[in-house]
Amino acid sequence: MAVVDTTGSRQQAQRVRWWRELSWRYLIAVAAILYAIFPIVFVLSASLSSRGTLSGTSGLFTSVTTVQYDALFDTLFWTWMANSLIIGGVSSVGTVLMASAAAYAFSRFRFRGRRGTLTFLLLLQMFPQLLAFVAILLLLLALGHAVPLLGLNSKAALIAVYFGGALGANTFLMYGFFNSVPRELDEAARIDGASHSRIYFTIILRLVAPVLAVVALLAFVGSFSDFIIARVVLTQQDQLTVAVGLYQFVSGQFDARWGIFAAGAVIASIPIVVLFQFLQRYIVGGLVAGAVKG
Amino acid sequence: MSTVAPSETPPRATTSHARELNRWWVVKLAVMALLNAGLLYAAYSALMVQEWAILGFTAVLLVVVNWVYVSRRMVPAKYLLPGIVFLLVYQVFTMGYTAYIAFTNYGSENTIRKDQAIEQILRTGDVRVEGAADLPLAVVRDEAGDLGFAVVVDGVVQAGTAEEPLEPVGGATVGGNGAPEEVPGWTVLNLGQILEVQSEVTALRVPFSDDPADGWVRTQTGSVGFQSSPRYSYDEATDTFTDLTTDIVYTPNDRGFFAAPDGSRLTPGWPVTVGFENFQRMLTDSRISSALLQAGAWTFAFAFLSVATTFFLGLFLAMTFNHPGVRGRKVIRSLLILPYAFPGFLAALVWRGMLNNPYGFINSTILGGADIPWLTEEWLARFSIIAVNLWLGFPYMFLIATGALQAVPGDVYEAARLDGASAFRQFRSITLPLLMISVAPLLIASFAFNFNNFNLIYFVTEGGPNIPGHPLALGETDILISVVYKVAVVAGTKQYGLAAAMSIVIFLIVGLVSWLGFRQTRKLEEVL
Repeated sequence: MAVVDTTGSRQQAQRVRWWRELSWRYLIAVAAILYAIFPIVFVLSASLSSRGTLSGTSGLFTSVTTVQYDALFDTLFWTWMANSLIIGGVSSVGTVLMASAAAYAFSRFRFRGRRGTLTFLLLLQMFPQLLAFVAILLLLLALGHAVPLLGLNSKAALIAVYFGGALGANTFLMYGFFNSVPRELDEAARIDGASHSRIYFTIILRLVAPVLAVVALLAFVGSFSDFIIARVVLTQQDQLTVAVGLYQFVSGQFDARWGIFAAGAVIASIPIVVLFQFLQRYIVGGLVAGAVKG
Repeated sequence: MSTVAPSETPPRATTSHARELNRWWVVKLAVMALLNAGLLYAAYSALMVQEWAILGFTAVLLVVVNWVYVSRRMVPAKYLLPGIVFLLVYQVFTMGYTAYIAFTNYGSENTIRKDQAIEQILRTGDVRVEGAADLPLAVVRDEAGDLGFAVVVDGVVQAGTAEEPLEPVGGATVGGNGAPEEVPGWTVLNLGQILEVQSEVTALRVPFSDDPADGWVRTQTGSVGFQSSPRYSYDEATDTFTDLTTDIVYTPNDRGFFAAPDGSRLTPGWPVTVGFENFQRMLTDSRISSALLQAGAWTFAFAFLSVATTFFLGLFLAMTFNHPGVRGRKVIRSLLILPYAFPGFLAALVWRGMLNNPYGFINSTILGGADIPWLTEEWLARFSIIAVNLWLGFPYMFLIATGALQAVPGDVYEAARLDGASAFRQFRSITLPLLMISVAPLLIASFAFNFNNFNLIYFVTEGGPNIPGHPLALGETDILISVVYKVAVVAGTKQYGLAAAMSIVIFLIVGLVSWLGFRQTRKLEEVL
């Protein structure tokens, strides 16, 4: 890690120095960027290709048509996409509300069992909900017997399962941020007559907006990408999420349906890539605080 | 609470703000009403189908919800309750339930309660009534599209489905062959349509009434129906089934089945506890234990190598571009994190296409028609998985390494250079140790994540190539979680008990790894 010499030496020396210290960095940058974007360029090219088979992909962008995208309308893709957006959206909003409410309670109130609950959540965080999918399946079988809305093959049931993972995964991330909001703000508001709910909604939530964005994004991506639980809970074709549905496209006859899969993949990736671009500066901060994306 | 309705008397200081008559109060009232209605409905349905545990839980929830939200005290509980309820049901309970399932023989044939199993045996076992009159029949569909039969019984056309017993239909006409021709409210299928759903038609049984003892109408031809009656009769006093055709008596056994003395049994059964059997099988059944050992070793190797490769590539790139002379760092960064922004499961499927042999882009175009079995040869498949995960994971490591590097003070390097330390020595003795302080917890989290990175494995190789002739159809690149998935979901005969026992083992491993990690980072003490 060299430090640039700022004591204006001659131009010649500077040029030599540029070649020695910087040129290779640009070469690596080019190589790394090619590596990073190649698969994405490739799937984009495949989705615009006129040939829908894997064996037809001999060059990039040899043809540009929308036939693969048109073909998506003959499948249930758009239904799956809508399902995923609904499930991801609702579970993301619900996760943010529940986890932030819990973090607010832990951060601003002192109550019996607070420390115990916090420790419990911290321990629970170690065990991913995913591992209990067999029990989730059997639980939903029994629940569906009584309340079909909460049983297998219901979007609401899947959302409820995702809600179950809300506190375990996110409370700690939020708790730290909530603690960084000075308590003096609450006290000033309370003296002015604001209720606890008003302080929560109009003061605290606004000040921790960046972490809310990160948690919302991670919850959305998490449910959007989940395969096991979605696959276990949703069984009817028109109820599937895009992750389960697109997997069906390629399991078995990968070769034949490659083009249509590529078109579906491009469209399915748009919401998440766009969200990332919007939230990029928040995410980098959230990452260092310990968030992992699936 | 943004608006306060005008009131005649100034609000007293003791009045809770939640009681002010404003729109938020109305919203709260509406939400509470909906919640109560929903919970009451759930309790009522649970009572109807005799799910006592659900009924009990709903009743408790009903009391707790009203108590917490109507009371003016317990403010923290108002904020914690929603999350905690979902957490308790869908995470805490399911974990405990997993532990319970691990000690049972829950599986494809043992999923429902015993009383439900009895009902199902009564409803599904049937035998043709000898000598009963044939019924002219037509195959029909109701408005919802469900298959059913229309039959002529004593000159009256009746129609029904598997769920809806036969009911007379007014205004129906009978065709030349004596079978119903037009049935109002139902669509009559022609021969071609019947052939399309032949197997469903021959399996279909339309009950005469709600009581299974009255029997069913079935058909083998689609035009002539025959009557069938229950094959088994259940005797509540002795808790046994009797086969009415052979008089064989089936008694409940300790495996959760009604079984005859010769060992034949009626399905479905019900789950029973089997002690440590599932755990024993994992240890003593050599085909299972050897595959589990292999999957376990590969899971550790995969998770470790994933973290190591992504971290070092990310760190290398971060150090390369963390030079003040490099221009366009923002552009480089936003391009490099594209793999991170792209949904992981889609990327895994895209790579699966690119690595396909022989059609994939890598073999057919980049390597000019090479014949490299990237995903179908055991070690190449493992290599490919790590390589794909490197692509997926390096941007994350690049981001956190960039962040951490910027926190390392520059004067330390200056001192090192004055002391004559080489670039490598500086990296090894300064950069890496300082970086590790902030990055180590994230590496542990990343390890734990990859330990259960089901999507990557399943979408790139599906765990394949398959181990030839393995009884659980496992593959060489299966990690523990994908083994559990295959046992519980993919397998023809699903063994939930065994899968749950395997989950418990993973729980223990993940817990141990995380605990070691926490101890390292002392996060626990921070909280307490």
